[in-house]
Amino acid sequence: MNERYSRQQLFAPIGEEGQKKIAKKHVLVIGAGALGTGNAEALVRAGVGKITIVDRDYVEWSNLQRQQLYSEADAKERIPKAIAAKRRLEEVNSDVAIDAIVGDVTAQELEELIRERKPDLLIDATDNFDTRMIINDAAYKYHIPWIYGACVGSYGISYAFIPGKTPCFHCLLETVPTGGLTCDTAGIISPAVQMVVAYQVAEALKILVEDWSSLRNKLVSFDLWKNQHAAIRVDQVKKDDCPTCGAHPSYPYLSYDQQTKTAVLCGRNSVQIRPAGQRNYDLQELAELFAKQGLRVDANPYLVSVSLGEQRLVVFQDGRALIHGTKDIQEAKTIYYRYLG
Amino acid sequence: MELVINGESIQVPNEVKTVSDLLAHFQLNKKIAIVEVNLTIIPKQQYETTTLCNGDKVEIVHFVGGG
Repeated sequence: MNERYSRQQLFAPIGEEGQKKIAKKHVLVIGAGALGTGNAEALVRAGVGKITIVDRDYVEWSNLQRQQLYSEADAKERIPKAIAAKRRLEEVNSDVAIDAIVGDVTAQELEELIRERKPDLLIDATDNFDTRMIINDAAYKYHIPWIYGACVGSYGISYAFIPGKTPCFHCLLETVPTGGLTCDTAGIISPAVQMVVAYQVAEALKILVEDWSSLRNKLVSFDLWKNQHAAIRVDQVKKDDCPTCGAHPSYPYLSYDQQTKTAVLCGRNSVQIRPAGQRNYDLQELAELFAKQGLRVDANPYLVSVSLGEQRLVVFQDGRALIHGTKDIQEAKTIYYRYLG
Repeated sequence: MELVINGESIQVPNEVKTVSDLLAHFQLNKKIAIVEVNLTIIPKQQYETTTLCNGDKVEIVHFVGGG
């Protein structure tokens, strides 16, 4: 028995057999922000065989309060998150193979990743619903479990989606929400992150040791500041005509017209972003939300414009946005999801 | 009326009669939420017609995107 994992193996539902299974598994962690770093560190310490971690962003000072794998040096040097995460994870456990990918996760890229690398489990550590819809479609198409996790403020939510067993994200949501509250507009405290990570990693370990009967099977949410906790069994929400998990799936979010479209506007130092599907913003509400963050906001009946230092974000009612002051699509997407979720 | 919301007994104002009213009361009406009343999930189309009674056990989970 490897001393390193002795306490985990003493835990009867895992045991030596479970540890052997964990060591053979490959987990794809999508996003290396707060949830991504928390999940990745826990899984690496648990001795998972391989982790692939993908992120398009770099480390900033505002990440250090909760993104547990990063240091001041990473923020100073603006190291891409995937790279900084890999470096730290290799220090934590050199037995685990860590693959870092600096890049965006679109439908095409995710399908390629899954086909080439054949992960056993997908961990959602993204910051937006568009990407989660893509993860959901890909997970059900290739029959790979995925674990949803999200948090904002002191609130968090999680659910493990098992193709062939549970309803899918599409069944639960029906449409993509346009709430507007994100960690960058409503803030986030680290215990909310850690609680979601705990829910995600617990289900991940059950899946990795193939203890399917122990899965929670409930959508859970909590608010650590308001001292609330809720859990709902959502099996009954599964829809037979769901385009993702129904009898005749079409996986709409993997198709071209449901994807977020980006374009660099020539000569304008701007990027246009068109989100997947139809969004419908209450512009007045959006303007008030931005104003509450102390941002400089201009609005008219057709659009809301926010000044963000060197960049300016302009949002139209249908969710289309222009990010002025950059030609970098990744940077523009980061800004878009940071403020619009 | 007193409801048990997410495991906690909460007094709600008399104006709250339906699931739709309850969500509005908690300012969750514009969010995507799953609502369970006495262990049955209420479809969104029935929020306005599903009335609540004293002592009902309600679970509300709303979706967020951050992470």
